[in-house]
Order: sequence, then C-alpha cells, then structure tokens
Amino acid sequence: MRDFVLKRVVAVIIPFISLYGFYVILHGAISPGGSFAGGIIVALSVIAFATIFGLDRAKEKLPEKILVWTDSYGTLWYVLMGLVGIVKGVPFLSNRLAGINLGVPGTLSAGGLIALIGIGVGIRVASTMITLFFTMMEEEK
Amino acid sequence: MYLTLIDYWTIVLLLLLVTISISIYFIKDLLHAVIVYGAYSLIMALIWLQMNTPDLAITEAAAGICTTVLMMVVVFRTSRKEEE
Repeated sequence: MRDFVLKRVVAVIIPFISLYGFYVILHGAISPGGSFAGGIIVALSVIAFATIFGLDRAKEKLPEKILVWTDSYGTLWYVLMGLVGIVKGVPFLSNRLAGINLGVPGTLSAGGLIALIGIGVGIRVASTMITLFFTMMEEEK
Repeated sequence: MYLTLIDYWTIVLLLLLVTISISIYFIKDLLHAVIVYGAYSLIMALIWLQMNTPDLAITEAAAGICTTVLMMVVVFRTSRKEEE
C-alpha cells in the first residue's frame, strides 16, 4: 500500500478531484450534480490521501477540531440563509419573495440563495464523511 | 410493442442488476460481496443515466464509491468470513 508510483500518481490527481468536487457544489443549482454529490467527491479526495499516505499525516492536515467546526457551522449557515426570508417578513427559506434579484436564467447567480445554501451543505457532507472514515480507521489498536 | 435499441440495453442492465442482487445473498466471502456491491452501484448509475436523470447518476456514482470504501474498511477491521 506504501508504493512510490502510487504516491506520485495520487499526489498529482488529488487536487483535481478536489477542484471538481467544489465545481459540482457551486454549480449544483443550474447543472446536474448538487451539494450532496459534490461534498462526497471532496471527501473522497481526503479519503484517498489518508489511504495512501497514512492516517497520521491526514490527521495532521485535518485535525479533529477543524472537522467539528465545519460540521457545526455548515448546518448553522443553512439556518442563517433561511432566516434571510424571515428578516424580510416572508416565509422561511424564500428566495424570490425576499426581494433577491435572480438575474439571467442559466448563469451562476440565477439560483439566488440556493448556491449559497449549497456551499454550507457541501462542506457539512464532506466533513461528516471524513469523520466517519477517520473514526472507522483508528478503531483498531 | 416496438422496442428501440436503448430499451434493449435497459432490459439487459436491469437483468444484470437482479442477478447481482441475488448473488450477493449467496456469496460467503464478505470482501467479494463488497466488490460485487460496487458493481451493483455502477450499473445502477448507468440505469439512472439512461432514464435521463444525470443528477441522480452523479450522486449514485459518488455515494456508491464512498460506501464501498467504508464497507471495505469495516471488512478489514472485523472478520472476513461470514459466521454460520
């Protein structure tokens, strides 16, 4: 599992996997994909790093504290975006009713608040999957 | 009823899906069962693509790989053979 060729290939590929995951998260409102699938792709890049380079190096780069923070504040970000509607005096999670200019259909800003909500959901799904994998890997002593 | 080429492909993939789901029940080695489950997820993603839902196809492919990796970790941590 600790192979030289494998390490070099993974070191080249991992940034592109991560970039593709963030692309799927950001464009979830207007194209196939979404924050759930994009978050899992971002998590898969970290899982590949932990599988090839060892669990200890992955935990140096992503400590437990950061994972707990992103896990909690991703959910809180969703609630904050929903409260925009209530502050404006319209129902929870409302988009066009809250007076947001949706712009030209088909462009990235056409989703309104949906693209911003997707960022929070994607980060939360990614940190949850990484936490699950780390917990299962470190179980055995 | 007139069937196009795409419909025959869908029928073949669905039959393969049924075969794989039945075979997972009979496989005794748990590592082999996890690998066959990965094939199940891949074929399910192809079927979603043929039913014109690329959204679900991307989610199925990503989530299928992730759950397969997690199950493989669990198999390596516990016993590999199924207990009788």
